[in-house]
Amino acid sequence: MATEPARRIATPAGSAPPASTGRSFLAGNQQPAASNYAWLAAGTLCSRELVRFVRQRNRVIGAIGQPVLFWVLFGAGLGPTFRLPGAGDAVSYREYFFPGTLALILLFTAIFTTISIIEDRREGFLQSVLVAPIPRWSLVLGKLLGGTLIALAQGLLFLLLGLTVGFSFTPLGLAAIVLFAFVLAFALTGLGFVIAWRLDSTQGFHAIMSVVLLPMWLLSGAFFPPDPSASLGTAWLAWIMRVNPLTYGVAGLRRLLYWGSDVALPLELPSLAACWAVTLLFAAVTFVLALQAAGKRTTGDLL
Amino acid sequence: MSISPAIQISGLSHHYGPRLALDGLDLVVEPAEIFGLLGPNGSGKTTLFRLLSTLIPIQQGSVSILGFDVSRQTAAVRKLLGVVFQAPSLDKKLTVDENLLHQGRLYGLRGAGLRRRRNEMLARLGLADRRGDLVETLSGGLRRRVELAKGLLHQPRLLLLDEPSTGLDPGARGDLWQYLRQVRDEDQVTVVLTTHLLEEADKADRLAIFNTGRLVALDTPDRLRAQVGGDSLSITTDGPAELAADIARQFDLPVAVVDGSVRLEQPDAHQLVPRLVQAFPDRIQSIVLGKPTLEDVFIARTGHRFHHDPAEVAVGN
Repeated sequence: MATEPARRIATPAGSAPPASTGRSFLAGNQQPAASNYAWLAAGTLCSRELVRFVRQRNRVIGAIGQPVLFWVLFGAGLGPTFRLPGAGDAVSYREYFFPGTLALILLFTAIFTTISIIEDRREGFLQSVLVAPIPRWSLVLGKLLGGTLIALAQGLLFLLLGLTVGFSFTPLGLAAIVLFAFVLAFALTGLGFVIAWRLDSTQGFHAIMSVVLLPMWLLSGAFFPPDPSASLGTAWLAWIMRVNPLTYGVAGLRRLLYWGSDVALPLELPSLAACWAVTLLFAAVTFVLALQAAGKRTTGDLL
Repeated sequence: MSISPAIQISGLSHHYGPRLALDGLDLVVEPAEIFGLLGPNGSGKTTLFRLLSTLIPIQQGSVSILGFDVSRQTAAVRKLLGVVFQAPSLDKKLTVDENLLHQGRLYGLRGAGLRRRRNEMLARLGLADRRGDLVETLSGGLRRRVELAKGLLHQPRLLLLDEPSTGLDPGARGDLWQYLRQVRDEDQVTVVLTTHLLEEADKADRLAIFNTGRLVALDTPDRLRAQVGGDSLSITTDGPAELAADIARQFDLPVAVVDGSVRLEQPDAHQLVPRLVQAFPDRIQSIVLGKPTLEDVFIARTGHRFHHDPAEVAVGN
């Protein structure tokens, strides 16, 4: 028996706190304890994201197609004139742009998966999750893990393309890239969640994408390196790039792509340790912000 | 063993900004009854539904569901509740089966237990042959049945439904009610539903009628009708106020003007018809004799028609 009405009715716990009440009336049933329960819920919400993404193939194409197209076209168009300062012809633009494109794929996928919060809200699915007996963190974690795994899968596909421009991966190197990309994707999905939770239209999200998220990516060293001479005219740009957390994400991917190879990067990149630290912090902060956002009820909950 | 009421509400008020949506509500719903919340748009019934479903927090007053306080023991309350929203809550990109799977896990069901419950619900609601279909390919009536299966999957003790008949054809409506009675009788589930349809409210065991955030009537539909005091006469005329005054004077009866027509309630109303027509032959355009309806109950308690204010409908929630 999954439920026993008599027992449930017989356990009104006067002033006991909610958590202990929840456990007490589950005790003796076959239902899992409340903590497992939250993980089960997170897992099921995550798997729902994966299934939905696979069913909506146009999204798969959108999230990976555009960055790859950018990579091919900018690589072809800017390749002849691009010279990495101090590196001569050693690094082609296609090679320089590769980690940035990987970051763009993670960013786009994070956006596309979190935009679904707005759809979930509008289509009503979210209401039934909001009244389910699960803590809000399991809702947030399910959504973020789903988005992260989708982003990671797309990123891996793109890494295969990297073999064509001369990157080669040791198993350990690949594992490090995947792990780093996971943390970065989690951070970006968290950022998308924080933005999407408060919005009631996908148009609003597109506006924020254009004026916040894409510039953040453009100024992350993904598209062009900071000017090493940092003349007065571009000093502000260098500063923005320095405080942009995504700079450390892109730099981390770039460093890991060359990890263990002899190629010396003629770039002033943050150290790998700094990249890990900032990206982990970025992920932790967006997760906390997402939790806070989800704890608030918005008028959009009321359809 | 003392059985707690299914729902106990005391002093419940709710504001949306400056607008008072619920005003000091006290109400008790007994276990295993089908309880209707009837009211026009803006009457507060939807706000009450949201508060009961734990979708919005309680601002003032208290609500307990099956003995658990909704504010302080929200998690416990949520396990006991099955909620069927007016807006669809199904994921259209998933199959019927997948929707139920996720729902079950959100309520802590898994493995063989979840499979058994899912099969049981699909069979009971006649959905077994559609279980592999994507929800977006289902008709409105079938979707509502899946919503119901979803709401009942974890064997809630209290089923809340917001305007459950919306978008259903008469056949599907009949099925829905048959099913609600079944869960009430066989599983002892308390069913609380909101409606703005008078004929639907008539089917509830007990009924709370709301108007502008207040409870205006509470009883079984039959007893509510019996309280109205007899058959009603509704008279259309060019000058309702004058006619009402003249009838009141000449016949010594309580007469009201409701939304532009003259209205009176009398046990022997049918005998009044010829006398009224004789007394005011030129002033009566039409005269309608009716058995008391829930609309009459509403009019008797509020002084206006059920669907009377278009502005309020537009504001509605």
